[in-house]
Amino acid sequence: MMLDVIATYAIAFCLIVGAAFSLIGSIGLLKFNDSMTRLHAPTKVGTMGIGGLLLASMIHSMIFGNGALHDLLIMGFLFVTAPISGNFLSKVNIHKRTCPLPPPPASDATWAVLDVPEEDIALEPDARP
Amino acid sequence: MTRAFYWLFPHPLLTLLLTVVWLLLHSTVSPGMVVFGLILGTLIPWMTSVWWPDTPRGFRLGHMLVYVVIVLWDIVIANLQVAWIVLTKPNAQLRPAWVVVPLDLRQPEAITILAGSITLTPGTISADLSDEGHSLLVHALHTDDPDAVRDDIKNRYERRLMEIFR
Repeated sequence: MMLDVIATYAIAFCLIVGAAFSLIGSIGLLKFNDSMTRLHAPTKVGTMGIGGLLLASMIHSMIFGNGALHDLLIMGFLFVTAPISGNFLSKVNIHKRTCPLPPPPASDATWAVLDVPEEDIALEPDARP
Repeated sequence: MTRAFYWLFPHPLLTLLLTVVWLLLHSTVSPGMVVFGLILGTLIPWMTSVWWPDTPRGFRLGHMLVYVVIVLWDIVIANLQVAWIVLTKPNAQLRPAWVVVPLDLRQPEAITILAGSITLTPGTISADLSDEGHSLLVHALHTDDPDAVRDDIKNRYERRLMEIFR
């Protein structure tokens, strides 16, 4: 009986934490006015927001259900794929010049996005910084 | 003997990982499922090894587990910091900055893990690699000192990854 009570409170706590971070992530998405800073908001929702909600689901299925561990897989796949979409979005931002251009790299010639082949410069007149 | 082993199991850890994922998908551990998972875990890396030629051999699993715990802890701490910034800092006081991180890591797998953990810890996003892959471009949400962010990434994550990938 005691375990049920503790688990219920733990689930409620995880749900509140997850929901609060999702809300804060959405507020950040609305509030920031630059495309690069706005990109920071979804990464928060992806980690703590979804993580809290999945943790709640996991505790619930452990205590009251049949102990399904699918949520671990969801978390794993989310953590693996979220950085890739973030990387793509920031590459698009640099390519479209919707953010201040980054400083040159420390050891190489230029960044990969800004590295336009010579024959394509005519096709993309605004590709040159 | 080692060559025969690596011919059959090009990625021994990937074999283990695929077996565990298969068991998690079924969420039951029975001998039949373990055997079937091991068959899948052997066949898939063996059939796809053509497309992943230069595999890192000296991968240290124990160090990797420590690294995962550190990154998870940092995700929690940085989440709280960024939530505070979102809720209290007006846009005018926000100081986003580009941070250039020169890389000492050379293996593509290690650089991928570094870029992924930089993005997962909120407040920083890895945006791009340089054309030769020797520098990493990181965007910081709010920082007064971009050099401190760079040193933090190099000391906290990159140094540990250098130990994982020998």
